[in-house]
Amino acid sequence: MTERAGTAVDAAVAPSLEAVSPPPRRTTSIVPERSVAGSALVLVIAIMTFLSCLTLGAVTLVREAAYTWQTQIAREATIQIKPADGLDMDAALETAVRLASGFAGVKAARIVDRAATARLLEPWLGSGLDLDELPVPRLVIVTIDQDNPPDFAAMRAMLTAELPSASVDDHRTWVDRLVAMARTTVSIGAAVLALMLAATVLSVVFATRGAIAGNGHIIEVLNFVGADARFIAAEFRRHFLVTAVKGAAAGGFAAVLVFAGFAWWSSSNMATPEADQATALFGNFAIGPAGYAGVALVVLAVAALTAATSHITVLKYLANIEQRPVEH
Amino acid sequence: MIRFENVGLRYGMGPEILRDISFQVPQGSFQFLSGPSGAGKTTLLRLLFLSLKPTRGLITVFGKDRARVSRKELPLLRRRMGVVFQDFRLLDHMTTYENVALPLRVRGRDEASYRGDVHELLKWVGLGDRMNALPPVLSGGEKQRAAIARALIEQPEILLADEPTGNVDPPLARRLLRLFLELNRLGTAVVIATHDLSLMEQVDARRMILSGGRLEIHD
Repeated sequence: MTERAGTAVDAAVAPSLEAVSPPPRRTTSIVPERSVAGSALVLVIAIMTFLSCLTLGAVTLVREAAYTWQTQIAREATIQIKPADGLDMDAALETAVRLASGFAGVKAARIVDRAATARLLEPWLGSGLDLDELPVPRLVIVTIDQDNPPDFAAMRAMLTAELPSASVDDHRTWVDRLVAMARTTVSIGAAVLALMLAATVLSVVFATRGAIAGNGHIIEVLNFVGADARFIAAEFRRHFLVTAVKGAAAGGFAAVLVFAGFAWWSSSNMATPEADQATALFGNFAIGPAGYAGVALVVLAVAALTAATSHITVLKYLANIEQRPVEH
Repeated sequence: MIRFENVGLRYGMGPEILRDISFQVPQGSFQFLSGPSGAGKTTLLRLLFLSLKPTRGLITVFGKDRARVSRKELPLLRRRMGVVFQDFRLLDHMTTYENVALPLRVRGRDEASYRGDVHELLKWVGLGDRMNALPPVLSGGEKQRAAIARALIEQPEILLADEPTGNVDPPLARRLLRLFLELNRLGTAVVIATHDLSLMEQVDARRMILSGGRLEIHD
């Protein structure tokens, strides 16, 4: 090059050499940092990540709520003693408590006292009920160790041997129904999540391909100045990874804000009828560490997907350059 | 350096655009490639530049059979060639300096190692004071010279130029021609595709005329 400089061809072609200014210090990125297609891609990624994270959070919430319903109802069993001729109800209740407490896996057994029983029946029989006037069955609530439940068959056999009018309800029917409902709910949630993730994948893939198509001239220029395919793909992959991380992080952060907002609303409205209703259904509206880990996973997956799509699209573009006709 | 033997090309199932093209570009030679618009000059240049594969015939580039050149080898061969496109193909978001330095940058070279060379070359083509300008603010002639500088920065063994004077006025066209001649004098083979007869009349060089898909050579 030095030799050429010494033989400058034409004074008219090489004017004012003194006016040379230094090159810019910061090297411009090979792929333009800002473009309309790039901004649209960030927006698409942010929106789809936000919706995916919300869906994921909702599914997590439903799954945890379903588990809570299931465990709460399975935590207790009920012994019911029906009145019978010659039966001393109080003694029978004491016997039931004693027998139940003797079983391994029973944490506690308590009698539902007269006042509580009257309250239970109040909606049907009205207030001021005298239990002695009616043959009302009495209940013993047995709290059980969920990890090591008692042998209900043996308990049932022993109780009916001692107290023929007693029966044990381990809530199995309810638990089975709730388990079935919870499984159905979680399955529907998982299906919705799968659809949402599929929509996210497709949106991100097509938006990335669209953004790269807008930069096709850069791929061609890099190709004819002798850049190898790996270099070109790496430049685009890096650019689109940064773009995707920005969009996905924004979407994920927005979803986390929504979850935090719900959790705050739930805790600050505790004891109000609306919150009680919501809490009864969904617990305390917190998605828990698994939910937040899921959000992080969605963000990372979307970023990785975008980078991989850009890589593959660039390589395909390069492979097709040789088949492209000349534009006149 | 480059040899074509009975080369033919068609796009897909379309008609044959180039038929039985045979010629060679010797080292340090200077030639014009001419013919009417749409005759296939740009297509022939793309074949020379290895950005198209012929549908038949044999192309040998730097002693290698084009059909046997792998995709990995292509960039290495292209680095031995310089190309100037009719539409310049400068990257609008990069300065003139960065556009010209691009071939060196993509090779992973450290900027400090080539900064001086790029400055010298830009001065040589008369763009010393336009280094930090972006292509959209350059005139047609300046863009053309920037494109030429980019093609020359790696000191190619052959320069392929597609209508390099198509966007400039006659005085600048003459100056660019002198620049190509000087480059040729320094040892680079030059192929200029043009349909500008007045430009060709200024130099006593080999003329390759494309017409109806066939090539006539006038030495």
